Amino acid sequence: MPTKDSARLDIRKTYKLYVGGAFPRSESGRSYVVNDAKGKFLANASLASRKDARDAVVAARKAFGGWSARTAYNRGQVLYRIAEVMEGRHDQFSAEVAAAEGLSVAKARPLVDAAIDRWVWYAGWADKLAQVVGSSNPVAGPYFDFSVPEATGVVALLAPQDSSLLGLTSVLAPAIVSGNTAVVVTSFERPIPAITLGEVMATSDVPGGVVNILTGSASEIGPWLASHLDVNAIDLCGVEDPDEARDLEAAAAENLKRVRRPAAEDWLESPGLSRLTQYLELKTVWHPIGV
Amino acid sequence: MDSLADVTSSEDRLRRFLLGLPGVDQVGAEARAATLSTRSIKTTAKAYALDLAIQMIDLTTLEGQDTPGKVRALCAKARRPDPADPTAPQVAAVCVYPDLVATAKYELRGSGINVASVATAFPSGRSSLAIKVQDTKDAVAAGADEVDMVIDRGAFLSGRYGLVFDEIAAIRDAAGDAHLKVILETGELVTYDNVRRASWLAMLAGADFIKTSTGKVSPAATLPVTLVMLEAVRDYHEATGLHIGVKSAGGIRTAKDAIKYLVTVNETAGPDWLDPELFRFGASSLLNDLLMQRTKLATGHYPGPDYFTLD
Amino acid sequence: MSRFEYAPAPESRAIVDIKSSYGLFVNGAFVEATDGKPFKTVSPASEEVLAEVSEAGPADVDKAVRAARRAYEKVWGPMAGRDRAKYLFRIARLIQERSRELAVLESLDNGKPIRESRDVDLPLVAAHFFYYAGWADKLEYAGAGPDPRPLGVAAQVIPWNFPLMMLAWKIAPALAAGNTVVLKPAETTPLTALAFAEICQQADLPPGVVNIITGAGRTGQALVEHEGVDKVAFTGSTAVGRSIARSVAGTDKKVTLELGGKAANIVFEDAPIDQTVEGIVNGIFFNQGHVCCAGSRLLVQESVYDEVLARLKRRMSTLRVGDPLDKNTDIGAINSAEQLARIRELSQVGEDEGAERWSPECELPAQGFWFPPTVFTGVSQAHRIAREEIFGPVLSVLTFRTPAEAVEKANNTPFGLSAGVWTDKGSRILWMANQLRAGVVWANTFNRFDPSSPFGGYKESGYGREGGRHGLEAYLAH
Repeated sequence: MPTKDSARLDIRKTYKLYVGGAFPRSESGRSYVVNDAKGKFLANASLASRKDARDAVVAARKAFGGWSARTAYNRGQVLYRIAEVMEGRHDQFSAEVAAAEGLSVAKARPLVDAAIDRWVWYAGWADKLAQVVGSSNPVAGPYFDFSVPEATGVVALLAPQDSSLLGLTSVLAPAIVSGNTAVVVTSFERPIPAITLGEVMATSDVPGGVVNILTGSASEIGPWLASHLDVNAIDLCGVEDPDEARDLEAAAAENLKRVRRPAAEDWLESPGLSRLTQYLELKTVWHPIGV
Repeated sequence: MDSLADVTSSEDRLRRFLLGLPGVDQVGAEARAATLSTRSIKTTAKAYALDLAIQMIDLTTLEGQDTPGKVRALCAKARRPDPADPTAPQVAAVCVYPDLVATAKYELRGSGINVASVATAFPSGRSSLAIKVQDTKDAVAAGADEVDMVIDRGAFLSGRYGLVFDEIAAIRDAAGDAHLKVILETGELVTYDNVRRASWLAMLAGADFIKTSTGKVSPAATLPVTLVMLEAVRDYHEATGLHIGVKSAGGIRTAKDAIKYLVTVNETAGPDWLDPELFRFGASSLLNDLLMQRTKLATGHYPGPDYFTLD
Repeated sequence: MSRFEYAPAPESRAIVDIKSSYGLFVNGAFVEATDGKPFKTVSPASEEVLAEVSEAGPADVDKAVRAARRAYEKVWGPMAGRDRAKYLFRIARLIQERSRELAVLESLDNGKPIRESRDVDLPLVAAHFFYYAGWADKLEYAGAGPDPRPLGVAAQVIPWNFPLMMLAWKIAPALAAGNTVVLKPAETTPLTALAFAEICQQADLPPGVVNIITGAGRTGQALVEHEGVDKVAFTGSTAVGRSIARSVAGTDKKVTLELGGKAANIVFEDAPIDQTVEGIVNGIFFNQGHVCCAGSRLLVQESVYDEVLARLKRRMSTLRVGDPLDKNTDIGAINSAEQLARIRELSQVGEDEGAERWSPECELPAQGFWFPPTVFTGVSQAHRIAREEIFGPVLSVLTFRTPAEAVEKANNTPFGLSAGVWTDKGSRILWMANQLRAGVVWANTFNRFDPSSPFGGYKESGYGREGGRHGLEAYLAH
């Protein structure tokens, strides 16, 4: 029998995956309990399986042509839009990051600020990248020769386990700004900010499939992504066991994936260009000069 | 290509045909010519090439100061290029202005060497068609076996292909049985696309030969220009079965250069064109260098210019 | 009229002085190998043994890496960029001075025509050292951040198709950036690398900065797996590249790989036809087709298929196959018996799968390893000869109808090294260049290289770039 003055009962959330612009459940039907840093129940999250990873790669590949063909200016606009939408959910993100990472909301807020600012920073890179990393090459002959960066393709990102939003942003934004599409495996224990980021993607102008977010275990899904022949690059950032990282790198050799090895990161530091250039190919074009 | 007769049925069709020819990439054409230039022609191949080159020469004098005396000397040289060596072959023709055709004809009687005459208000071609026709008729009447006409470059460059075509056809008629060489003056056409179009235009209008240059404009003959013209005669032959000749004139002074042209002929139009009937050099000083190289090959010693006759 | 038969025009061998046997070049001196068996290198054109070469075993590899480490820490790393530049300029000049000798040696050991080793390989080798020499004291402007640092010891393994050029592509940027190197040339073509070792001595390059160790796959494996190596650079097959990528997993070694290709050379109906035919020929028959970026898949628009094929065959009939040292040779010898067997095998597969095989009439020498220029027509994407790298003078011809179909077919491969486009339409060139997933796109040209122009692949053709400013990044920490 309900009492009049009892606190409102929570709606306990069961979050889904974000794949191809939609929010499916894991095809496996599995989910897992996500607690906050103190062990208190937060929500249920879908536990992504290898088949979810497979579907996410298909969605990412499908989105790649269109996303990489957009003008750099347009991709910059889309990334900036992500920042705008995040700004509107600042309080939500702060609360989620605080819960996930065991911080006070006051301590979490600067991390959310930094994450949003990072989207803005990368948004601005979209239409500058080619000028900074491309070149006109003065070959010794009657040829016009230039080199331009292009997106590598489908990038698998095993997101950092610790930094649930800033770390995730720091690996995701540089991958997609240049036209790659991404399959993200979130922090296993701290997936909620990533799930909310998925909702941001769905409600900003990011085309479906450009960002695909799988909650679950990098150890379980990682090997499938590392060995997937339609994945062009992989970031092992969220892999904490060196042996596991080695095995994933070895599996990635099968189709010569571009591999970013795990390394100690300070996510608050200025990120530099290395993640941006990690997922770029350089294309050199020659043409004769004549009359 | 089965409709080649059709393409000359109207100016519009002719224009569409010429503009529809495949383009020529300058860098690629010049690279090909440069590669052909690296062929190393030695010993027996060199002996063959030197003698062939001599037989392909239109020994030429086209100066305001030409006189019957000069032409007589040139004809003597044509008959016996190397007085010290009777095995040296004769040249193909002697090429002079129309007013000296009769002299040359007389001097070369019985030699089998042709007399070629420039005509059509050579070298600029800037006079009326009537005068060009008359110029041609005069040359032929004086005994010219071959007529080297110039095209109207101004008309060509302004796209009046019909006019150029009609003029060549008229000269073709006026020349009668004489062999008609059509000078494109490639140095004024500038692009290889133009050279290819002008080559086809001349062949369609009845040229027996297409010729690079008057020798009065720089650049005159170059290897890549010759390459493009050889491709044109090769393709024309493919389309019609007819063999049209190519004459490279002006600026070819050394045996080494001449051999590069023969290599280019050999590997572009093919061995059929290694024949004075189908390839000529318009040159004067080239002959002595060929003779010197010939002597070097035969004797093993380097000869000097004093051992070869001036004309 | 008799035909214009080109008499033999052999380049003199007298200019080269090949020793009967060679040691390893470690720490500035030629030394005996301690734990490997010597092997012979032969001229592929005659099967004549040219010299005996040492095989470096694990102990030799270790010595070489240690020598490189010492030189890196004591001499080359601390040296002012300006002085590193001067050494590289010296080397560049020495290469120019000895270029004819090196060209003859290359043609002897590799089988490539002297016209190519003389006019293409050697000029590019010298140019590469000149180009990177100039970078040595300007690294802070190379785009790798304000304080670029060398990586340390670079292990470099190179193939047999452009022995000295691949050496230059590896050593010049590594040294300019301040690294020291241990380089292993291919077992069938070690001689120009050993000659380069002499050039290092001539240039008074400090001992240990460049070490050249010879041997086969085992030696290469020991080198790239050596713990003292900071950087691995490999050019060669995708299979070996893959195993290298596996072997460095979990280490801190930086890696660049330049691997195989199956480039589409795409001909549109409005192509400049004669230059296109030259480009097709250059694309697949340059260096006997032993070129990772060779245009081995010809895609011809159906509307010009007959004409292109007729012209191509006519042009192929003028190719001169034979003695690599003859200045008029266009196509030399296949580099090894092993490679010849592979080309034969895949060509047989092409026939068995129903493609039509054609070669011009050409007389092949009795001795040595030879394969005639060959074209397969009636090839589809499903044929093995349209998918696998043959690495020989064998062209597979396919057709297409629309630009989109051309792109689809061109990109339908795990490789992504190079591509060619032939059309007179500027906007189409740029559209195609955008669409093609390949590291180098040659439009209205093919197989052009330059030290200032970055080269390298997409997908399974490897990663990293060689050449240009970007080529330095592979040797700098940033």
